[in-house]
Amino acid sequence: MGTAMTVAVAVSAFAFGILVGSLGASAKLSHSLALNVVADIYTTVVRGIPELLVIYLLFFGGSSVATSIAAAFGYDGRVDLNAFTIGVLAVGLISGAYSTEVIRGAVQSVPFGQIEAARACGMSRWLILRRVLVPQTLRFALPGLGNVWQLTLKDTALVSVTALAELMRVTHLAAGATRQPFLFYGTAAVLYLLLTTISTALFNRAEISANRGVRRA
Amino acid sequence: MHRHPPVSDSAPAAVVVEDLHKRFGDLEVLKGVSLTAREGDVITLIGSSGSGKSTLLRCINMLEIPDDGRVVIGGEAIALKKTRRGATVPADTRQVERIRTSLGMVFQSFNLWTHMTILENVIEAPVHVLGVPKAEAVDRARMLLDKVGILAKADSYPVQLSGGQQQRAAIARALAMQPKVMLFDEPTSALDPELVGEVLRVIRQLADEGNTMILVTHEMGFAREVASKVVFLHQGRIEEEGSPDKVLTDPDSDRVRQFLSRHLSGAA
Repeated sequence: MGTAMTVAVAVSAFAFGILVGSLGASAKLSHSLALNVVADIYTTVVRGIPELLVIYLLFFGGSSVATSIAAAFGYDGRVDLNAFTIGVLAVGLISGAYSTEVIRGAVQSVPFGQIEAARACGMSRWLILRRVLVPQTLRFALPGLGNVWQLTLKDTALVSVTALAELMRVTHLAAGATRQPFLFYGTAAVLYLLLTTISTALFNRAEISANRGVRRA
Repeated sequence: MHRHPPVSDSAPAAVVVEDLHKRFGDLEVLKGVSLTAREGDVITLIGSSGSGKSTLLRCINMLEIPDDGRVVIGGEAIALKKTRRGATVPADTRQVERIRTSLGMVFQSFNLWTHMTILENVIEAPVHVLGVPKAEAVDRARMLLDKVGILAKADSYPVQLSGGQQQRAAIARALAMQPKVMLFDEPTSALDPELVGEVLRVIRQLADEGNTMILVTHEMGFAREVASKVVFLHQGRIEEEGSPDKVLTDPDSDRVRQFLSRHLSGAA
C-alpha cells in the first residue's frame, strides 16, 4: 500500500513539476524582466535550500496561508490541506525548479531556423508551439527529465515527515513495531530500486521514440 | 545561350517594396530600397555580404520587420504599426500569417523539421495551415518530391539526406503551399560544390515554368541565366538594376564592375 502511495505522490508531483517547469521556462525565456526575475528567484531559492525545509515550510505554513486566503474571502474557519496535497505541492515545487532548467535548456537547443521555416509557411504561434517547438523540445528535454523523475521519486520519502502513509513512512512504522529494521528497510530499498529501474527503462523507450530522425552517435 | 524572357511592364505586380529601411541597433542595413517584382519576374539580388540583400528578402515575408517603408504583396499592403517604445510591429499578425502562405521561402540552411520525415515536412503546412485534406496533400507532395527528384526519400528523415537533397526537399516544402512568389535566400551557399548543380537545376526549371521568384545568390553565371532582372545592392541601397546582360556584362557603376571582376574570375 505504501508503494502505491509513493507512486501516486511521485507521479502527481512530477506532473505538477512539469507544469511549473513549463511556466518557469517560459518566464525565463520571456522578454519581460519581471517574469525573468520571478523565475530566477524561484529556481534559486528552491534549488538552494534543503528539500526537507521546503516540505516543512509548506506543511506548517501551507495551512495557515490557505486559512488566511480563505479568511480574505469571508470564510472564518481553519482550512487544513491534507498531507497528500501538501506532499504533492512541496515535491512538485522542488521538481518544478529542476524541470524549469531542463526545459529552458531544451527550448534553447531547438534550432531557430526550424522556427523561422514554420513562420515562413504562415504557421501561427500556437501551431508552431504544438507542431515544431514542443516535439523538438521534448527530444532535448527527455534525458534531463528522466533525472528529475528519479529525484522526484526519491524526494517523496521526505514527505514521510508529514505522516503521509507512503512507502518510507509505512516502512518506518513497520520496522519500529516488529523490531526488524533490516528486513523492512531492505525491502523498501528493493522497492525503490524496482521503481527507479522500471521508470528508467520507460524513459529510455520514450527517448528512442522521440529521437526518430536523429542520427545516434 | 539560355536566357529568361523579359517580363512586360504591364504584368501585374506580385511584390512591391517601397522605401524600405531596416536598422539592427546602430547599424542601418537598408537605407531606402524600392523594388517591384512583376508576375513571371525572376529577380536576383546580388552584392557583397553585408550589402543588405538577405535582409531585404527577409523583410518581404516579415521575418524581419522593416522600420520604415511599405511591402505590398499581390496588391495588399502589409499593415505595420509603431509600439510606444518606437519599434515597428505588424498591426495584424493574422494578415502576416495569411500573406506568408502565398510566399514560399527557401533558406540557406534548409531548415527542414528534423523530427518529421521528408513527406511529413512537405504536407505539414498545407494540412495544418491551409486545411488541405491529408490524402490530397500527400498526393501533391509525392508529385513535388518526384519533380525535385527525391521521391525515393519520402519516408527518410532530413538527417539521412545529403545537403543537396535536403535543399530540394525544402524547395518541395515551399512549393506545396502553391505560393504566388518564391523567395530563395542563398539556396546553394551551404552546399558542397558538387551538390550545387542539382539544386540550381531545380530552381532553373521553376524559372522556366514562369514562377515569380526573388533570389539572393552568389552564383553569377546562374543569375545571368535565370534572371529577368538583376539588382545589385551596396551598403543598403540599390546601386544598379536592369537586365542581366546589362548589369552583369556592361554595368554603369564602377562598384558593380569591381564586384564582378572579383566574382567572375573564379566562376567563369
